[in-house]
Amino acid sequence: MGKDVVADLKRDYISKLLAKGVRVDGRKFEEMRPLTIEVDYIKSAEGSARIQLGDTQVVVGIKIDKGEPFSDTPNSGVLTTNAELIPMASETFESGPPDEISIEVARVVDRGIREGHAVDLSKMVLEPGKAVWIMFVDVHVIDYDGNLFDAANIAANAAFKTAIIRGSKAGLSEDQPLPVQHQPISVTVVKIDGKILVDPTHDEERVADARLTVATLENGNLCAMQKGLNGAFTMEEVFKVVDLSRRIGADIRSRF
Amino acid sequence: MGGTPLPANVKLIDENGRRMDGRMPEEMRPLKIEAGVLKRADGSAYVEWGNNKVMAAVYGPRECHPRHLQNPERALVQCNYNMASFSVDERKRPGPDRRSHEISKIISEALTNVVFTEYFPRTSIDVYIEVLQANAGTRCAGLTAASVALADAGVPMRDLVASCAAGKVANTVVVDLNKEEDNFGQADIPVGYVPRSNEIVLLQMDGDLTLEEFNKGLHMAVDACKKVYQIQRDALKRRYSARAADEDVPAPIVEGAMMREGQ
Repeated sequence: MGKDVVADLKRDYISKLLAKGVRVDGRKFEEMRPLTIEVDYIKSAEGSARIQLGDTQVVVGIKIDKGEPFSDTPNSGVLTTNAELIPMASETFESGPPDEISIEVARVVDRGIREGHAVDLSKMVLEPGKAVWIMFVDVHVIDYDGNLFDAANIAANAAFKTAIIRGSKAGLSEDQPLPVQHQPISVTVVKIDGKILVDPTHDEERVADARLTVATLENGNLCAMQKGLNGAFTMEEVFKVVDLSRRIGADIRSRF
Repeated sequence: MGGTPLPANVKLIDENGRRMDGRMPEEMRPLKIEAGVLKRADGSAYVEWGNNKVMAAVYGPRECHPRHLQNPERALVQCNYNMASFSVDERKRPGPDRRSHEISKIISEALTNVVFTEYFPRTSIDVYIEVLQANAGTRCAGLTAASVALADAGVPMRDLVASCAAGKVANTVVVDLNKEEDNFGQADIPVGYVPRSNEIVLLQMDGDLTLEEFNKGLHMAVDACKKVYQIQRDALKRRYSARAADEDVPAPIVEGAMMREGQ
């Protein structure tokens, strides 16, 4: 972390507080930041949500258009997830093609909603093999204070809830609600000095040794996971994070 | 994975609990590792794992490009995972895609954990992984090969990273899924494991698993990683005992490069 002098200084400060069992913002180790969800925030989108998770703000917009299915899945709608870390959100973000951070965010969010079958894609077929609904989940990070994975995941789930498929886009007279069936909720932790912290802030992420995201479903099953950063987890720590994710995920789900 | 229905004639697990290729649930596909297979690279390794063929090469520590990525205190481990266009049934468009970016990132992170990066400030250690033939489990094969290639390059490391996946097919938890099992299976958990510290440095999961299945899968994957580790070590020993005989110089002590102080 030598490149980042501020992170070195902050690491000291964060470490000392953690040794006393305190986080910089006063939270408990296993406590999420305050979460506010505003749905139907973008009128031009078929579904949308604006999420505030502490000082992290994410807008997710869902666009649904008619298109062709992939040749290997003729009876399934198409789900595409994209994340943009725009320069507005942080001094470290640059405009241009997605870098590996935004690719990882997009792919981890995608993995959660795809593997958790958040939306029943089999109900998004207009004509098998020919025409299906293509759903774009676009994650727009507008203020970055850490934990984009969970903010984007929660925003996507919230946006699904009120999303509609506009029949007029395929010459149909009626709109239909998006066939939502599950809510795969992800919970992310970081490890600093061997301590597991839920919902890391940007500063905590910058000094973290390792990160783990676990997505779970209503029935407590696991549907997606991603470990990141250079540090490591013991098996016991992994099981602890899985348990945390199930508990906190259920709590977040009850907010919808 | 997930939505794709299983063709009626394919049985992923038979009456005797055997898998379609005859393996038992905890049984890995045959794994062959060879160290030092490329001349130009500072270190290299070739892995044949079931029907996967993966090559890894290491260059460095060398000057870090692009320069703004230089770290004045550490070396940067930069992995590049690439699939050959002919490595899969339907031709893959050449060049990096989102999947390969992600895999490169998590493999770089896993390898950084075991490399003494503080010995080579400002440099870059470049790891190139080429998937020549793919049959599920290429990121594990790539990480396994890359670790051996790093050791072959003489890069000081705490240990090798051994990697293997677990997963669920036909409601059975198994290790090292082949392509059909991956396509028609219910879950996949790639794991990268460091035996000496008993820690996990790469972990992903997709699909659907109960808590019990995940616990079982992670344990099975780690057990498989321990077997992979043995084969990695054997490959390095073979390489250096062979070279010693050739050149009539004492064999370098491979374990020396993996010595770990303290922790």
